[in-house]
Amino acid sequence: MNTKSKGLLSIAGAMLIGASLSTSVVMAKEAGMSRMDEGKNLAFTRKKGNCLACHMIVGGKAPGNIAPPLVGMKARFPEREVLKAQIYDASKKNAGTMMPLFGRYEVLTDDELDKVVDYIHSL
Amino acid sequence: MNKLISKLIFVCIAWAIASAVYADPAKDQAILADYFKNRFQGVPVEEYANGAYSFDTVGRESWEAIEEFPPYEMAIDDGQAMWEKPFANGKTYKSCFADGPAIAHKYPYWDKKKSMVITLALALNHCRKANGEKPLKYKKGSINNLLSYITFESRGNKTNVVVPKNDAGAVAAYEAGKKFYFTRRGQLNLSCASCHIQNAGNKIRSENLSMSMGHTTHFPVYRSKWGAVGTLHRRFTGCNKQVRAKPFKAQGEEYRNLEYYLTAMSNGLELNGPGARK
Ligand code: HEC
Ligand code: HEC
Repeated sequence: MNTKSKGLLSIAGAMLIGASLSTSVVMAKEAGMSRMDEGKNLAFTRKKGNCLACHMIVGGKAPGNIAPPLVGMKARFPEREVLKAQIYDASKKNAGTMMPLFGRYEVLTDDELDKVVDYIHSL
Repeated sequence: MNKLISKLIFVCIAWAIASAVYADPAKDQAILADYFKNRFQGVPVEEYANGAYSFDTVGRESWEAIEEFPPYEMAIDDGQAMWEKPFANGKTYKSCFADGPAIAHKYPYWDKKKSMVITLALALNHCRKANGEKPLKYKKGSINNLLSYITFESRGNKTNVVVPKNDAGAVAAYEAGKKFYFTRRGQLNLSCASCHIQNAGNKIRSENLSMSMGHTTHFPVYRSKWGAVGTLHRRFTGCNKQVRAKPFKAQGEEYRNLEYYLTAMSNGLELNGPGARK
């Protein structure tokens, strides 16, 4: 019940700020396409994010099925900072999480993390 | 939702297994078995000895084809030759292992006098040392031939690890192995249990994660990735490295205790090694 209503709230939130988000993505695309590509590479390669080990991401080969597919991210994470927090330290939300603590355990540098967050947020 | 429930169950079994007051492998195993039976409905427990092929029907087909011409066959033959060839002093392995070669099911065991877990690999090198021979390496190389032969001869015997409850050292070794299994480590912060209990049956990339029960029945294993037969401790090393943890020493105390715990979780399952895996 609780999680359901949270989900609805975040979808509503996404619709409210959807307009401003889409402009920021367009801007990012125009300003630095390569940054987004870098984010995608970091997310895909085994040596870095290796998100595909556990998450389905459209365009990624042989994904695992341990974790929810990373689709419709803006609906689920209207706020970039919330998404970033999840990727930085997934144990904040779920102490028993399987997801590596990419920021806290320095699997990714700050800059790499930001690129990954931008890319994931665009999905 | 299903995932949430299985996560909750995982937390419960981790808690139940961890909070047993004294070492009780039978109880630990019963908790695990219940969890896996529920997670792998329709897969008989004996099948766990076949790892991921017990539920991965696609992988199973190519595995069965491989088993028609076992890639570990040469290792068995070479191992038999090693077993029979006298040492420089004229004696053979038989001088140390009177019941040999079908002895794999007797390991690992707690040696009260030495106050340590003795694995088969270690016992083989103890025998070599006693006979003035150089020890064999513990991950790659010819030790795998010897282990393959002994394991093959031991097929059909059942895993039966005994942890003597009245021996504090044995209990501590078992508990240390168990703790190792549930401890998160490495930069990726995962425990053995994260993958082989919590996510057994799920896919990590294209790999099907096998259940911890049955993990020891078929070692040593020929892996296509290795292009050779390798030991259980080599596999431990690989799984530690995957999470970017520093692996421990093969046949060091940590891995021997881990083997003690992990093998006890397969008690009752038949030995079916050597195995073949991707
Ligand atoms: C070893 C497994 C694993 C890896 C690798 C992994 N994740 Fe996760 N992730 C999970 C699990 C499991 C969850 C579900 C929540 C939980 O259990 O903490 C999750 C949840 C998430 C969520 C929240 C999804 C939602 O809808 O609530 C996001 C976003 C996410 N992961 C992004 C990433 C990114 C980006 C990467 C790579 C840089 C990554 N994950 C790598 C296992 C993983
Ligand atoms: C990040 C995930 C992960 C972690 C953590 C992990 N493993 Fe594995 N392990 C795998 C994968 C993937 C395989 C190959 C597929 C399979 O058989 O499960 C494997 C295979 C194995 C096998 C061989 C199974 C067989 O049927 O031959 C053993 C034994 C094993 N792991 C033990 C361990 C132990 C002990 C630990 C902790 C020290 C551990 N693993 C930690 C992913 C993991």
